[in-house]
Amino acid sequence: MRRRPLAHATFTLGAAITLALVAVAGLSLLYTPADPLTMSITGRLQGPSGGHPFGTDQFGRDILSRVMAGAVTSIAVGVIAVGIGAALGVALGLLSGYVGGWLDETLMRLVDAVQGFPAILSALLFTAVFAPGTGVSMVAIGIAFVPVFARLTRGSVLELREREFVVAARALGARDRRLLLRHILPNTLAPLVVQATTSFPVAILAEAALAYLGLGTQPPHPSWGLMLKEAQNFLGMNPWFAVFPGGAIATAVLGLNLLGDGLRDLLDPKTA
Amino acid sequence: MRRYAARRAAALVATLFFVSALVFVVVRILPGDPAALIMGTEGSREASDRLRESMGLNRPLPVQYVEWLARALRGDLGRSIQYDLPVGELIASRLPVTLPLALMAAAFMVVAAVPLGLYAATRHRRAGDYATMILSQIGISVPQFWAGLLLILLFSVTLGWVRSGGFEGWSSGVGAALRSLLLPAIALGLFQAAVLVRATRSAVLDVLREDYVRTARAKGLSELRVVGRHTLRNALIPIITVAGIQLGQLLAGAIVLESVFALPGLGRLALGAITARDLPVVQGVALFIASTIVVINFAVDLVYTVLDPRIRYE
Repeated sequence: MRRRPLAHATFTLGAAITLALVAVAGLSLLYTPADPLTMSITGRLQGPSGGHPFGTDQFGRDILSRVMAGAVTSIAVGVIAVGIGAALGVALGLLSGYVGGWLDETLMRLVDAVQGFPAILSALLFTAVFAPGTGVSMVAIGIAFVPVFARLTRGSVLELREREFVVAARALGARDRRLLLRHILPNTLAPLVVQATTSFPVAILAEAALAYLGLGTQPPHPSWGLMLKEAQNFLGMNPWFAVFPGGAIATAVLGLNLLGDGLRDLLDPKTA
Repeated sequence: MRRYAARRAAALVATLFFVSALVFVVVRILPGDPAALIMGTEGSREASDRLRESMGLNRPLPVQYVEWLARALRGDLGRSIQYDLPVGELIASRLPVTLPLALMAAAFMVVAAVPLGLYAATRHRRAGDYATMILSQIGISVPQFWAGLLLILLFSVTLGWVRSGGFEGWSSGVGAALRSLLLPAIALGLFQAAVLVRATRSAVLDVLREDYVRTARAKGLSELRVVGRHTLRNALIPIITVAGIQLGQLLAGAIVLESVFALPGLGRLALGAITARDLPVVQGVALFIASTIVVINFAVDLVYTVLDPRIRYE
C-alpha cells in the first residue's frame, strides 16, 4: 500500500509530460514560431537566440518550429503502430488461446518468428520493396509489437476461459463469438491498455531510429530522428542542432514511460 | 529434460521455418517485381526479363521458396548484385565488426547494470534506490543513436580524445580495434543496461523477501554473504533471462549505431544494399539477424529451464 503515493506521483508526472507533448503537437498544427519548412540562406546553423530559441539548422530553418512539428509525426506513428500491433496481436492471441491445439501451437511459432524481426529489421526488409516513408515506419513498428500483444491476450484467454462466468455463459448457450467478444475480451482490457501505454514510447524511439537511418520519415518533413541525422554533420559548428531534437525524444519517451509505469502500478496492485 | 529439450528443438525448427518464410514472402510476394526493382528505371524490359530468368523468378513461388530454403540451409544465400560476391561471404566479412560490437555492449550492460540493480535493491526506498531508478528511467528514455551523438560531441568534438567514427580494423591491432568500438558499444548498451538495472532490482527484491534470506540474517551472517551468496545466486535466473533476450536486441540496435559511428558492419551492409537495390543481400542479412535472435531466445529459454527445473515440470 505504501507504493500508492509513488504510483500516483509517477502517473501524475507522466500524464503531465504526455499532455504537454500532445498540446505541443496540437499547437504546431495551428501555430509555430516560424514555418518549419522555410529556408534562410543567411541564417544557417545559428545557436539559440531570441528570434530562434532553439537556433537554426543547415538550411536556416527554425529548429523550435521543426521540433514542434516533429511531435505530430512521433504521435501519429506511435498511435498507428501501437494500433496495428494491438489489433493483429489481440486477434492472434484470442484465436490462439481460445481454439488451442495445433492452431495455438502454429500461431505461437509464428509469433516466435515475428519476434525475430525488431522494427529496424522489418523496416529494412520493407524498404527493399517499398519506398521508405512514414507508412513503412508505422507498419514495421506495428509488426514488431504483435508478439507482445498476442502473448498477453493468449495468456489472459487461457486463464479466463475456464472461469465460472465464462463457463456459465457457455452453459446458457452463448456462442464462441459472443463469449470471446463480450465476456473474455473486456476482461483482458486492463493489461492491454497498460501494454499499449508502455509500447507507445518504444514506438517513438523506433520511429526516430528509422528516420535517422533514412528508412522512415523523409526530408523535408520534420521528424526528430531525421533532424538528428542532419545534425550529425554539423556537430562541431552548431551542437545545439543535435541537442534539442534528441532532448525532445528523451522528454517525450520519459513522460510516456512514467505514465505507463504509474498506470501499471495503479491498475495492477500485484506489481506494486 | 531430454524430452523437454527435444520438444523445444522441434519448436525452434518450426519457428526458423516461419522466419525464412516471412523473409521470402516480404521480398517475393509483396507488390513489386524484384527484377524490375533491381534494374530500376534505367533497365530495359529485355534486361529485366533476363534477370528474372536468371534469378528463377519465372517459376512457381512454392518451388522458388523450397529451392531458396534448400540453398540457404547449405549456407548459400545467393550472390550480391552490387559486389558480385556470395552473400554468405559478405555477411562473414562484416561479422568481425558487428559481433564484437554487440558483445562489448552486452559486457557493458551486465557490468553496469547488475551491481547497480543489486545496490538499488539493498537500498530499497532510500536515496540510493531512488537515484538509481531515476538514472535507469533516463537510460530507457534516451535513444541509442542520440547517446552516440552526445558521446561523439563530448569525447571527439569537445575533448578530442577519440575519432568520431570509423573502424581501425583488427589488422591494426586488437587495442586499436577495440578503441574504435568502445563509444558505440557504450551507446548501444546504455538502453539495455537501464532495462537490466530494473530487472535486477526487481529480481533481487523478490528474493530478499524470502524466508531463507530472513533465516540467513537471523543466523548472523554478514550482509555481504547474505546478498552475495544467498540472494544474488537465486536472483540470477530472471537476470540471465532478461540479459539473454537483450542480447538479441543488441544485434538489431547495432544496425543503428554502425550508422552513427560509420562502422563497416552488417547494418551498414544492409543499408548500402537497399540503396543499391541489392535484394539478395537485404534478404540474407535479414534472415541471418532474425534467425540469430530466434536462436538466442530459444537458448535463453533452455538455460532458464536448466537453472530452474520447476519450469519444465509445469
